[in-house]
Amino acid sequence: MSAAISSSMNLKPATLLRIDEVITHYPVKRSATLPLLHLIQEDVGYISEEAITWVATKLELQPINVYEVVTFYPMFRQKPIGRRHIKVCRTLSCALLGGYKTCEAFEHAFNTHRGEISPDGEVTIEFVECLASCGTAPVVLIDDDLHENVDVAKAKKLSDQIKSEASQRR
Amino acid sequence: MIAPLKPDLITVNIDGKEIAVPKGTNAIEAARLVGVDVPYYCYHPKLSVVGNCRMCLIEIGMPAVDPATKTPIMDPATGKQKINWIPRPQIGCATNASPGLHIRTNTAQIKDCREGVMEFLLVNHPLDCPICDQAGECKLQEQSTGYGRGYSRYVEQKNFKPKRTQLGPRVMLDDERCILCSRCIRFCKEVVKDDVLGFIDRGSYSTLTCFPGKALENNYSLNTVDICPVGALTSTDFRFKMRVWFLKQTNSIDTESSVGANTVVWSREGVIYRITPRPNDGVNDTWMADTGRELFKAVRAPNRLTAVKLDGLDTSLEVALNSAGAILKAAGRTVALVGSGRSSVEEHSLARKLAETLGASTHMVSRIGEGDRMLISGDRNPNVRGALVVGLIKKLPTEKLTALGGAIDTGAVTVVVSLGEDLHAAGLTAAQLAKVKIIYLGTHADTTTKAAQVVVPTLTVFEKSGTLVNQQFRLQKFAKCVPGPAGATDDLAVLAKLVVTAGGTATLGDLPNVWASLATTVAGLAAISYATLPDTGLLLDSTPFASLPFCEGETFHYQPAATTATMKV
Ligand code: SF4
Ligand code: FES
Ligand code: FES
Repeated sequence: MSAAISSSMNLKPATLLRIDEVITHYPVKRSATLPLLHLIQEDVGYISEEAITWVATKLELQPINVYEVVTFYPMFRQKPIGRRHIKVCRTLSCALLGGYKTCEAFEHAFNTHRGEISPDGEVTIEFVECLASCGTAPVVLIDDDLHENVDVAKAKKLSDQIKSEASQRR
Repeated sequence: MIAPLKPDLITVNIDGKEIAVPKGTNAIEAARLVGVDVPYYCYHPKLSVVGNCRMCLIEIGMPAVDPATKTPIMDPATGKQKINWIPRPQIGCATNASPGLHIRTNTAQIKDCREGVMEFLLVNHPLDCPICDQAGECKLQEQSTGYGRGYSRYVEQKNFKPKRTQLGPRVMLDDERCILCSRCIRFCKEVVKDDVLGFIDRGSYSTLTCFPGKALENNYSLNTVDICPVGALTSTDFRFKMRVWFLKQTNSIDTESSVGANTVVWSREGVIYRITPRPNDGVNDTWMADTGRELFKAVRAPNRLTAVKLDGLDTSLEVALNSAGAILKAAGRTVALVGSGRSSVEEHSLARKLAETLGASTHMVSRIGEGDRMLISGDRNPNVRGALVVGLIKKLPTEKLTALGGAIDTGAVTVVVSLGEDLHAAGLTAAQLAKVKIIYLGTHADTTTKAAQVVVPTLTVFEKSGTLVNQQFRLQKFAKCVPGPAGATDDLAVLAKLVVTAGGTATLGDLPNVWASLATTVAGLAAISYATLPDTGLLLDSTPFASLPFCEGETFHYQPAATTATMKV
């Protein structure tokens, strides 16, 4: 049964291998909940209800136990996002140095609102708490890359870069 | 190893009062014993301790000893051993009594703690007591009054949460009222083993819910409503029906199986509104099944019998009983009596008297279902053992009345007295029913009442008092909650009159008299009376019946004899 669900979730074989291996690291299976959720989100991009049920079965838990964890941590996503994930910092230092304007610039560039997938499917912009680089505020994290001192102009430049990469792909 | 008879008693000091309690006693319970109230929400004596509400904060201290020499350090001012108080308050629910433990609940610090906790609990609380079902039995309400500061400093916007979540068929959730104590979650997980509830999201947005597509639908779901300290979980059946302070509480017994869960029936002006469990650590702890809470609906069922009938026509009780007497006398020794596993002990005993007067054979119909291993046993008759104890029957009831059917066919039985059993459902054919005269005492119309010559409406368990013997051979009493409908007569009165009209010696059909006679005629019931029977029941001697193959499997507080025997080996 779990195999059937994983196939409709389309987990990569490598992810499945990694999942089975990670479970062996813990004395009780339940402790593997967080790592499994991370692996699935890295692979599929978000954590569906189906994925929650799958993890629960895998770790001999009830779905509600996994659901509690997924909703507790805001970094777990329950919906798909755009191809790129743009996180703009909204906390004090960044806010003082124009983080709000930076975020609006990205929204404007991709014709979208924070939390949504842009119409072209390229990005999802989020306004997040401190990214721990307060000294170079305002900062932006695009997927795994940190960009520092991102004012409106730099936000535009970064947006253009993403767009041109996208058009090359097409 | 033989366990010590007395638990290890130790002395603790609570607000200056010394008390001896078993070692490990929960501080909240120990305080209760000396009359000190430690307020709490998340603690529940039958569930695991999580300590998440912080309402039960207390100060604790231990007698001081010199670290090096281990000799007690004395306080020169008092001449007693000095107490080392822990500067920070501790939660009472997670404090277990240890020798010399000192507890303070009446200090300024504790008052401050309670006010603080109450204030935080009320930050996002909707304060909708006027429309809340829990009002009157709400811990939040009571403890706001007892321990709150009495006014609000909160001017910010409260957050909004779902007001009407149907968690399951019988339970409704108002998330704004939930104080996140997690009792309901722990009950489902630990007692029912149906882990469906959980908190999603975080902080003041935490929301109690089920996983999408799942529901709180187990047969014990309404216990969550009972243990929810606030009005977050309410019963869809009882919701908005009645203010609890108008209701009269009467102790009763759940008759849905031989477990005999102890209950309280809540009624007003002759109408029953709800049934809740009554704690009995020997039987049902503090729980009961949802199905048992609906039994009161039978009281006002459309097929309830309210008219005495003779040959299908309305008549008076007098006329009907005289005719019944004539039928019984004319039948000679060809009468059969079908008792009911639902009758009370007292009714069983008068039924036996009737059967003896008539020289009648006695029968009983079994109701076997599947036990749920919790509080519903495999025997859905609540009082088969009562019939055995008073000697109405000698063997266990049968599912079908095959022997009786045969006796009717051969003409050995010409009259059947049924004490509320549907003979047709119990296997007698329409032809067999037509061949005999039937005298029926019961509460609801069925195929048999249609075929009966004499029908006398009697009372449900909610309308009379009596006792039942559960699967543990525990004699338990139930009391009259509401008056019976017009036209129905108390079973005992009817049976007593039948005994007389059938030619027997006069007996009074009331509890004190029946018990006076039971005490002298039934060995196992000597020195017992209805009036003095404790609320938690009394275990009778079961050894005379040890060889009977009772059908019950394991439930809470019950091990079938066979399993216990193998366990001993
Ligand atoms: S619904 Fe009631 S029992 Fe359940 S967590 Fe909330 S307050 Fe506690
Ligand atoms: S405030 Fe933006 S990185 Fe810390
Ligand atoms: S009762 Fe002790 S923390 Fe809730």
